[in-house]
Amino acid sequence: MAVVVTLKKACAVNPLKMSQPIGAALAFLGLNRCLPVLHGSQGCTAFGLVLFVRHFREAIPLQTTAMNEVTTVLGGMENIEQAILNIYTRARPAIIGIASTGLTETKGDDVDGCLKLIRKGHPELDKVAIVYVSTPDYVGAFQDGWAKAVTRLVEDLAESGPAVAGRIGVLAGSHLTPGDIEELRETVEAFGLEPVILPDLSGSLDGHVPEDFSPTTLGGTSVADVRDLGAADFAIAVGEQMRPAAEALTRKCGVRHTVFNRLTGLQENDRLLMLLADLSGRPVPDKFRRRRSQLVDAMLDGHFFFGGKRVAIGAEPDLLWSVGSLLSEMGCEIAAAVTTTTSPLLQSMPCTEVVIGDLDDLEVRAGGCDLIITHSHGRQAAARLGISLLRMGIPMFDRLGAAHRVGIGYRGTRELIFEIGNLFMADERPAHPVRAAAAH
Amino acid sequence: MNTLTNKVQDVFCEPGCGKNQAKGEKERKSGCSKQLKPGAAAGGCAFDGAKIALQPITDVAHLVHGPIACEGNSWDNRGAASSGPALYRTGFTTDISESDVVFGGEKRLFRAIKEIIDKYDPPAVFVYQTCVTAMIGDDIEAVCRAAAKKFAKPVIPVNAPGFVGSKNLGNKLAGEALLDYVIGTEEPERTTPYDINIIGEYNLSGELWQVKPLLDELGIRIVACISGDARYHDIACSHRARAAMMVCSKAMINIARKMKERYGIPFFEGSFYGISDTSEALRSVAGLLVQRGAPEELIERTEAVIRREETRAWEQLLPYRERLGGKRVLLITGGVKSWSVVSAIQEVGMIVVGTSVKKSTKEDIERVKEIMGENAHLFDELPPREMYRMLKEAQADIMLSGGRSQFVALKARMPWLDINQERHHAYAGYDGMVALVREIDKSLYNPVWEQVRCPAPWEQRQAASVTGSEAIGDATKFGGVPVRPRLVHPGA
Repeated sequence: MAVVVTLKKACAVNPLKMSQPIGAALAFLGLNRCLPVLHGSQGCTAFGLVLFVRHFREAIPLQTTAMNEVTTVLGGMENIEQAILNIYTRARPAIIGIASTGLTETKGDDVDGCLKLIRKGHPELDKVAIVYVSTPDYVGAFQDGWAKAVTRLVEDLAESGPAVAGRIGVLAGSHLTPGDIEELRETVEAFGLEPVILPDLSGSLDGHVPEDFSPTTLGGTSVADVRDLGAADFAIAVGEQMRPAAEALTRKCGVRHTVFNRLTGLQENDRLLMLLADLSGRPVPDKFRRRRSQLVDAMLDGHFFFGGKRVAIGAEPDLLWSVGSLLSEMGCEIAAAVTTTTSPLLQSMPCTEVVIGDLDDLEVRAGGCDLIITHSHGRQAAARLGISLLRMGIPMFDRLGAAHRVGIGYRGTRELIFEIGNLFMADERPAHPVRAAAAH
Repeated sequence: MNTLTNKVQDVFCEPGCGKNQAKGEKERKSGCSKQLKPGAAAGGCAFDGAKIALQPITDVAHLVHGPIACEGNSWDNRGAASSGPALYRTGFTTDISESDVVFGGEKRLFRAIKEIIDKYDPPAVFVYQTCVTAMIGDDIEAVCRAAAKKFAKPVIPVNAPGFVGSKNLGNKLAGEALLDYVIGTEEPERTTPYDINIIGEYNLSGELWQVKPLLDELGIRIVACISGDARYHDIACSHRARAAMMVCSKAMINIARKMKERYGIPFFEGSFYGISDTSEALRSVAGLLVQRGAPEELIERTEAVIRREETRAWEQLLPYRERLGGKRVLLITGGVKSWSVVSAIQEVGMIVVGTSVKKSTKEDIERVKEIMGENAHLFDELPPREMYRMLKEAQADIMLSGGRSQFVALKARMPWLDINQERHHAYAGYDGMVALVREIDKSLYNPVWEQVRCPAPWEQRQAASVTGSEAIGDATKFGGVPVRPRLVHPGA
């Protein structure tokens, strides 16, 4: 059980947090033939774009309503209209996702109202889905923006219908990589079930070489798929952040749901497989029995190196929960935990304190730790402290393969244990008489 | 806001700018950048530009007053290198909350400045205005004034909120902040007749250090580089330099021009990209210093260094001329880099098949035409789709551009080289030119292209059954990069 602390300081030093609008934008990037737009100044989009380009090493379709001082004061309706029309003409997307920013929220643009008027004036847009989500930069964090976008997609697009047997909605949190989502899909499919995943970054940002150039996303959940979510037999939400979206689906379309607040670790995956077995009426396939056994073996082999190790983690709530819980189960002490925004999970974290703060808060608490886990911006702190750094989360701009890291399922958990265990092993120092004497 | 509006007008009307001189009064007022098209715009904001221009000052704290987006989404992402202090790489932001938006963020800003000074005691704090805090009317100038007084330390307001305009405008507003609050506020310990400023050089990947040894050798002292690897004190003393070189085309012309007016420091516009450009720059530096009273023998010494360095650089480039001669380059970049890089890669016999002139001034364009000849394609705008098509059809052998269009090239399975601010290699001076050519060679002759262009065998079989067996050979023709023995890279 942890005390959740927000420090009373005026200056954030070395931010851990990123803002809501780009969280929403990334969720929209998990839709097929989508072009997300930030309703704000061109810089809002440019920063998000550069961040995702460096993380995924992919071209990122992301546009802006290009607000300036005058249009902000007068209201952004005209810019929104122009942006939608320009995007429609140039890129012909199936869906345009719009997220507001701090700038336009401070002015208080009524974007929903604008969109109604724009729709009325432009019947040619009837075939394009347009979804708007309110995501001021000065509230919440990246994960919140993602969650709000997914909730809004469900509310606006999902259509209830007679439940299709075997169709399973999967609402994926922002802490899951495209690799994680592939793992999840394969798992659901292995039971003969048909997963409909929202958002599906594994279709759009899994780093593949398409046959032709596209100005929109290269894959992901189609608009039709989002509609069909409403006729799912059951929905699985992965990450506590996805609970509101799952509840919206239940409320709007009557789809039953359950929330997995993590899929990293042994028992949560046991629970997932039992659920899938029940839903499909099929036994757990042999390959998962084998993989479970491999994970158990990895835990046995690895626990020597984890026991008693002190780890400092800086991550958004759902990722913090996933990796922190695993480490704790393997015998580590979570010596420092810093996160970006509130979550019901924080007080259940297996540590004494969770700070909603920045990487400086992590750095001052990480002294004497054996490992730091956070995104690439932790590299300066880790270097100053001389502690190994495991990069997890977004952004990861100084390593290859951010999209393909898998940390969920039996297999992903096994690999994560090996990766972290290897870092611990690499840092072990050979026996030395002076150190032995000092320890004595 | 009123002072900011005046500042923006002042910057727009920059008399030193060649592009401006050609405009009418009204045109000039409306600013340099084209009106942005919502839904079809790209590029950073004024805040981004201001941060790029000033962040290379390494020993000060850069504090962003605004919501988390402005710093949290972008910090520590630029490659300006430091030879000492690392404080500039620490991200500071007031990370304002909803209640700050309602009640105003000035108090938080003041406390943030205090926290930074208490903990880090930097020689100065730079405070960046952003859109939201500008909208709610936070007066950062007043807060900075109060904080400077209270803590007896320079606290510099940088009033360039994103929504006033483009990155380029932000560069200039950053320059205004230096002119208003920093330059001329301190005195140097000593001066020499060989003192210069370099304006608009950000020391990306350490490019300044590729040139500095030559200046050192000539006894030429960089008082201040604005702002690559700079220290606050050096910029504060920069008004005592004897001459200045303006590097990044028009980005900081206001600094160069106003320092000339205020302190009588003559400047020239030059570039450290390319062999002849570097020589020309060294020559101009020496010439200006001699005009300002440095001993005349400096010119002869400079010519000697130029002769030696040019010979050395050409020797190093010689093996590449054969390998790269005739290779076609698509060059997508802005402003000054267009012509300086064009002349540079022509020096090894490569052909520039097209270049972008979107951010270039009329003079830049004229110069590009002069260098490339009338047949070259000058693109005002090259949409990614078109770029992709050109590369896919192998109309060029390699693309040189910024990170944004990297994947357009890579997805077309064509070699690409980063020449913008996120690049990892330094390309300035004589050594930099050799490094650039070495990187182009490494990229073009990497054996990976053969592999990645080869379609999957099942696709080959499919194609063969449709159009006959000839289709199989097609893939190997694609791009036309011959397989040749790899060069042992000198000095790599």
